[in-house]
Amino acid sequence: MNERVMEQLIAITGSSHAKTTTAQKLAYSYDATANFQALPDLVLSPSSIEEIQEIVKVCAAHRVPLVSRGSGTNLAAGTAPTSGGVVLLFNRMNHILELDEENLTITVQPGVITREINEVVESKGFLYPPDPSSMKISTIGGNVAENSGGLRGLKYGVTRDYVKGLKVVLPSGELLTTGGKLTKDVAGYDLTSLYVGSEGTLGVIVEIMLGLIPAPKTKQTLLVFYDTLEQAAETVSTIIAAKIVPATLEFMDKGTIETVEDYMKIGLPTDCEAMLLIEQDGEPAVVNEDMKRIHEICQEKGATSTQMAQSAEEAEQLSTARRIALSALARKRPTTILEDATVPRSEIANMVRAIQEIAKKYELLICTFGHAGDGNLHPTILTDVRDGDEMARVEMALAEIFTQAIQLGGTITGEHGVGEMKSPYLEWKIGTAGIQTMKALKLAIDPLNIMNPGKIFAKDSKKRVVVQNG
Amino acid sequence: MVSLQAKIRQSFVTHVNDDRLMDCMRCGFCLPACPTYIHSGYDETQSPRGRIALMKAVRDGVVEWDGSIEEAFDLCLGCRACEPACPAGVQYGTLIEETRDAIVSAKDQSLKEKVMRKGAFDHLFADQRKMQAAVKLVTFYQKTGLQKAVRKIGFLELFPSFMKDMERALPEPPKRKRQSGLQRPVKTKVAFFTGCLMDTMFKETNRNTMELLERLGCEVILPKGQQCCGALQGHSGEMERAKRNALVNIEAFDDVEFDFIVNNAGGCGAFLSEYDRLFEKESPELYAKAKRFVDKQIDISSLLVKLGIVAELEKLPSTEAVEIVTYQDSCHLRNVNGVINEPRTILKAVKSSVFTEMPGANLCCGSAGIYNLLQPEMASRILESKMEEVKNIQASTIITTNPGCLLQMKVGVEREGLSSTARAMHLVDFIHEKIIQ
Repeated sequence: MNERVMEQLIAITGSSHAKTTTAQKLAYSYDATANFQALPDLVLSPSSIEEIQEIVKVCAAHRVPLVSRGSGTNLAAGTAPTSGGVVLLFNRMNHILELDEENLTITVQPGVITREINEVVESKGFLYPPDPSSMKISTIGGNVAENSGGLRGLKYGVTRDYVKGLKVVLPSGELLTTGGKLTKDVAGYDLTSLYVGSEGTLGVIVEIMLGLIPAPKTKQTLLVFYDTLEQAAETVSTIIAAKIVPATLEFMDKGTIETVEDYMKIGLPTDCEAMLLIEQDGEPAVVNEDMKRIHEICQEKGATSTQMAQSAEEAEQLSTARRIALSALARKRPTTILEDATVPRSEIANMVRAIQEIAKKYELLICTFGHAGDGNLHPTILTDVRDGDEMARVEMALAEIFTQAIQLGGTITGEHGVGEMKSPYLEWKIGTAGIQTMKALKLAIDPLNIMNPGKIFAKDSKKRVVVQNG
Repeated sequence: MVSLQAKIRQSFVTHVNDDRLMDCMRCGFCLPACPTYIHSGYDETQSPRGRIALMKAVRDGVVEWDGSIEEAFDLCLGCRACEPACPAGVQYGTLIEETRDAIVSAKDQSLKEKVMRKGAFDHLFADQRKMQAAVKLVTFYQKTGLQKAVRKIGFLELFPSFMKDMERALPEPPKRKRQSGLQRPVKTKVAFFTGCLMDTMFKETNRNTMELLERLGCEVILPKGQQCCGALQGHSGEMERAKRNALVNIEAFDDVEFDFIVNNAGGCGAFLSEYDRLFEKESPELYAKAKRFVDKQIDISSLLVKLGIVAELEKLPSTEAVEIVTYQDSCHLRNVNGVINEPRTILKAVKSSVFTEMPGANLCCGSAGIYNLLQPEMASRILESKMEEVKNIQASTIITTNPGCLLQMKVGVEREGLSSTARAMHLVDFIHEKIIQ
């Protein structure tokens, strides 16, 4: 970026809200994805929509890439500034603007921490259900851009299901307003939906209106342990088949339990092969009935032991244990490469088995945890980037995991996004027609390709590996 | 001549452990726990994740060393709140110490810093007699009103303005007096690590510590030859000096028989409890000796709880609660030694006051060793928001368990003009006031 453009951009926010030093550029060169790093030219913290419009106009005039960044917890290198340019921060646009109790909406700026939204609405008797594991750190802007999921996805859906309207600064600098406090709205294309999960490639999301639901009256939390992965997986499909939809139905394998216990020290048994964390919420009578039936199913499927949370604190501790699983796994090896291959929930047992076979085939350590109830698994390869030979096997294993997921009717990513990391595999899932349609959309909205370039669309798709079934 | 760049990078390769750096998987769970991240308006550069990325980038030669990188390391409080928040178990405290060691080893220190480091480390903290002399000097200032003159001479100008507030907050010098006799038959033999600051500026607290322990049936031994724990040196990249102090202390406490080695300073206690890490690469005998030392470490609040202080406090005649008491965690007591509940348990047992938890009590107060001297701006910002919380909960007594925090709280009380309504005290003094006085 030339100096004159840099000066123009800095003048918009003022120099005290621009980061230009070596240390600052390095600190915004990465997100939570292993092995992806690129330095931006400039990091800006605007305070208003107008400032963002100005910034985008300058970027467009000089073809400067622009990457919107929340807290940098992305797991697919979506917020690494791959092509340099400007990193846009929302640390000054982190206010809750309005809580509308009559229309059940909350309007927020993108920089608000997700957890803060949860706390504010819960104090008023509402629930904002999406609860990604990083909710204490992640911003709502990032959640919307990635269409984040979470532990309650099974019953309540994901971020998309709660975004009612958006304000977006388009790549031209114009301001687009979508949706509103409406339950019904079919005025043209659903642009709100288009922007949710667009990973910063179609514009800058600058204001978000979220829908809320009344908070459930009660919640119960159950931990169940098994000697085999299959028993846990079968429990999941049997619960769903019994027409019960738990709020949370989470899974952890042995390796994950070990590292989580190592950190939390809450007495999880480390001699079992699998664990389910099951929560149900709602009316007390219904919750009691559901939990009783779930308990029976667990026993039928051979659970070795079960443990009911005795207090809200204990329940919170157990879901925390699940939320920190990925980070805790980093205890095992220097590098953690996480996937979120997702399958229809009836295929959970098959997918878990396939992952085990892939780990064996490529002599890799893969630990798996995830949202078993909605088929969203997080097989995590524990490796060391400094070992070139092993990394080559990791590449092959990843490709095979994706292939397996797609063969089972699944997808390459359930909630983390494509970013840069999974872009070579996107075509496997959506085909040539899918890529062409998405590219046409991108080109129409961002013809200069300044919005988070290098994400979603790869220069070259990976050659698909052929996997023998059986 | 080797360039500074090459020197720094080589020094990082030598001093900063690559495997430890690789433990960080950049999930960001440390961010909400980091006071400098919060107080810098969520600047990743001022976060544990950012600093670790910088360490790695310097070590790998990804970035050229410059002042901005050094500043990011300098601004770290070393409070280690990121460690309990880290599911991956990154040893951040060790990494930042290795980093500071790498920097100090590689480059010539700026004159200002050098003067201060020499003043502080070589003279004061290494030599108990000098420390006592320094306190006498401070006492002398206070008593004679010489402060103004000294300030004019400019010695204090070497220290940032914060030092002036700090000096105003210094406690009154203790008067010597005899200790009370034993109250219970001796059950526990305790060696007391007196600490350099605690044994000089806060001598009264040390005396109270001994009296309380004796009251609860301990024989308190003061091993001769002990000196400053070395934490301040260790945290500032003066690792060799820290090791020298450690060695002296390990020896001083090795030839006496006792059940515990107790300290009443959270910062010292944390460093003492990690002495073994300093000697990992040394001879097995020395390492074993260090380990023996480490295994006997306990902080005063944990020991008091073990000795039954709660029952003792409950025996006191019940009175109406007259004040609100709160507790500011010592970062190292909390984050390194995991002592969170004990001080609170003790305070809750006191009947003449109501214990109110202060929001953010777990966050560093900005004292952080000599951080408040080196980084006055960030330290002030942190302290200001801390005092806001004190006002919000209407606490009239702020309890701490570490001399640095205590001084910082005293500075805060002074600065906010709260000295007529609020006081900062060491836990020991507060309990002593209830039980013995």
